[in-house]
Amino acid sequence: MAQLSYRDAVAAAIAQEMRRDERVVLFGEDTAAAGGVFKTTVGLFEEFGPRRVKDTPISELAILGAAMGAAMTGLRPVAEIMFSDFLACCWDYVANEIAKTRYMSDGQISIPLVIRTANGAGSRFGAQHSQSVENWAMAIPGLKVVAPSTPADAKGLLAAAIRDPDPVVFFEHKSLLANKAEVPEGEHVEPLGKAKVLREGKDITVIALAAMVPRALKAAETLAAEHGISATVMDLRSLVPLDAKTLLAESARTGRVFTVEENPRLCGWGAEIASVIQEEIFGALKGPIVRITTPHVPLPAADQLEDAVVPSVARIVAEVRRGLDSRRAA
Amino acid sequence: MSVTQKAHSAQRNQEIPEATRLRLFKLQVEIRYCEKRAYDLFLQNLVKGTSHLALGQEAVAAGFAAAMNPDDYTFCTYRGHHHTLARGAPMLSVLGELMGRQCGLMKGKGGSMHLTSVAHGVMGSYAIVGAHLPIAAGAAWSAQYRGTKQVACAFFGDGATNIGAFHEALNLAAVWKLPVVFCCENNMYMEYTPISAVTAVKHPAADRAASYGLERQVIDGNDADVVYSAARDAFAKARSGGGPSLIECLTYRHSGHSRADPAKYRPKEELEEWLKRDPVTLYRNRLLASGVAEGTLAKIESEAMTKLDQATEAAKASPTPSLESAMSDVWADGGNAWRN
Repeated sequence: MAQLSYRDAVAAAIAQEMRRDERVVLFGEDTAAAGGVFKTTVGLFEEFGPRRVKDTPISELAILGAAMGAAMTGLRPVAEIMFSDFLACCWDYVANEIAKTRYMSDGQISIPLVIRTANGAGSRFGAQHSQSVENWAMAIPGLKVVAPSTPADAKGLLAAAIRDPDPVVFFEHKSLLANKAEVPEGEHVEPLGKAKVLREGKDITVIALAAMVPRALKAAETLAAEHGISATVMDLRSLVPLDAKTLLAESARTGRVFTVEENPRLCGWGAEIASVIQEEIFGALKGPIVRITTPHVPLPAADQLEDAVVPSVARIVAEVRRGLDSRRAA
Repeated sequence: MSVTQKAHSAQRNQEIPEATRLRLFKLQVEIRYCEKRAYDLFLQNLVKGTSHLALGQEAVAAGFAAAMNPDDYTFCTYRGHHHTLARGAPMLSVLGELMGRQCGLMKGKGGSMHLTSVAHGVMGSYAIVGAHLPIAAGAAWSAQYRGTKQVACAFFGDGATNIGAFHEALNLAAVWKLPVVFCCENNMYMEYTPISAVTAVKHPAADRAASYGLERQVIDGNDADVVYSAARDAFAKARSGGGPSLIECLTYRHSGHSRADPAKYRPKEELEEWLKRDPVTLYRNRLLASGVAEGTLAKIESEAMTKLDQATEAAKASPTPSLESAMSDVWADGGNAWRN
């Protein structure tokens, strides 16, 4: 096992796949010699050269359009959209072209590509550079949606996304980039669509994604140590495909489910999860499913304000306790 | 109309072999007949949804298709029946798709605006204006990367020149020196509005070429020989590593924007003037004048009509798609599962 940062794990995954498959190419704004503005593609230009690792103009339409055209004619592009907020600039490609062309062409056209993008809050960049937009992508039929929480998953899931025959939107969380942890050495690929249970508990099931996963784990420690509440914590890892089996089994086991979501409230991914759970294992629930989310506001820039709206460890603890108390009161 | 630059002279047109010229005629006739049939089928309520006919723009499709290699890539717009047919997609498959039948190119899952026939190099018809220009650039990049000598060609209307994707695609194609040909079919109207009323320059595509270091090319899009020559040159340039071209073809659609549009906004004199320059009639007369026998042309026409009638009857007889197909091919495994 090697200690790698999340950002180095991203680069390691791309390098791993570029070494094994000549069809894999990487491009985006500042992705080549500069190594990416988030330094997630450092070393790739040096190893693979300007033919396979390219800089583009600030042209999100051209980036995703070119990625699609390349993917449908035999390449396996990894295209970077610098901030996930900028997906709004090229949403036509995400929602109308890349997602739907296989279906519309009755399977004549395949689009094996990865859209990598930096997602989430924590950098105090304000409302247009800090959003969590994984739920946007989740709403479109034809897209796979992946958001790793650890360096090992950043490498393994990105490798799987690059090998996947379908388009994958891969959300790299900005506030996790510097996190270091063990990553398996040698070839590492994690299958898409498998949630991971990170902690087994008997009282509640906490379902989280990306940067909310480490916060949920910390909250679980506090809940156990200070409040005697034993929590299962599950990292969804991918929203599409969704590991419904695991989340239903883990939800049924405790009967109390909490989602921790960074996306704003309305139509956040937890709403769909809650819908699946209540529809299929209603009888196993001992109380309402509680969604802990960023409120339905744009993200503010100031650190105090940003911290006040994105679910924190303290807020997760408080909302879990309130959820359980309201059940007792009822 | 003004053909201001890059005149493809009559002398040059003479270089086109007779077999190619007969093919250009045949393609135009087949497209003309098939588009008229599509309209008839719409009136019979056998074509549902919408359709955007290319009546009057046949020479652009024929000229470009005849200049392409079989493995070159075509990317077209929702007005794409003519380009799809010109690349060799069968009339049955095209009409079947318009009618939503099992025999359709995409078995009814795409419809008129999304005709796709990968086997014929038609990599899709795109209904979001301008979206396919960057996609064509990407396909060209892939061809360049793979060293296949393939060329990608994007066809689009004058209206697409005012959308960002047009400019982003041209810039990227020029910077990466991609083997891509951008063909603007300037039919003078963006939907219902004259393009001149909403564009800062006279020639919506060609007058932007210099911004991307490209040659300004405006050609007579109703003359299949002129179109063929310009396309042939552009493809040769792309294939030899010379980078992208942008060609503005002046043409005119004989019908409205879509089936819902009677095109009352067009001056009567303007329409009459352009009908006199009907590309199919113009080309037929030229072939006759150059010594091709009337019987040869009549035979091409009657064969096209026979083929079309057979295709029409077969499409009408084709079953509707299985309802299960609505749930297939979301993913590469053929299915639609988003969860386990």
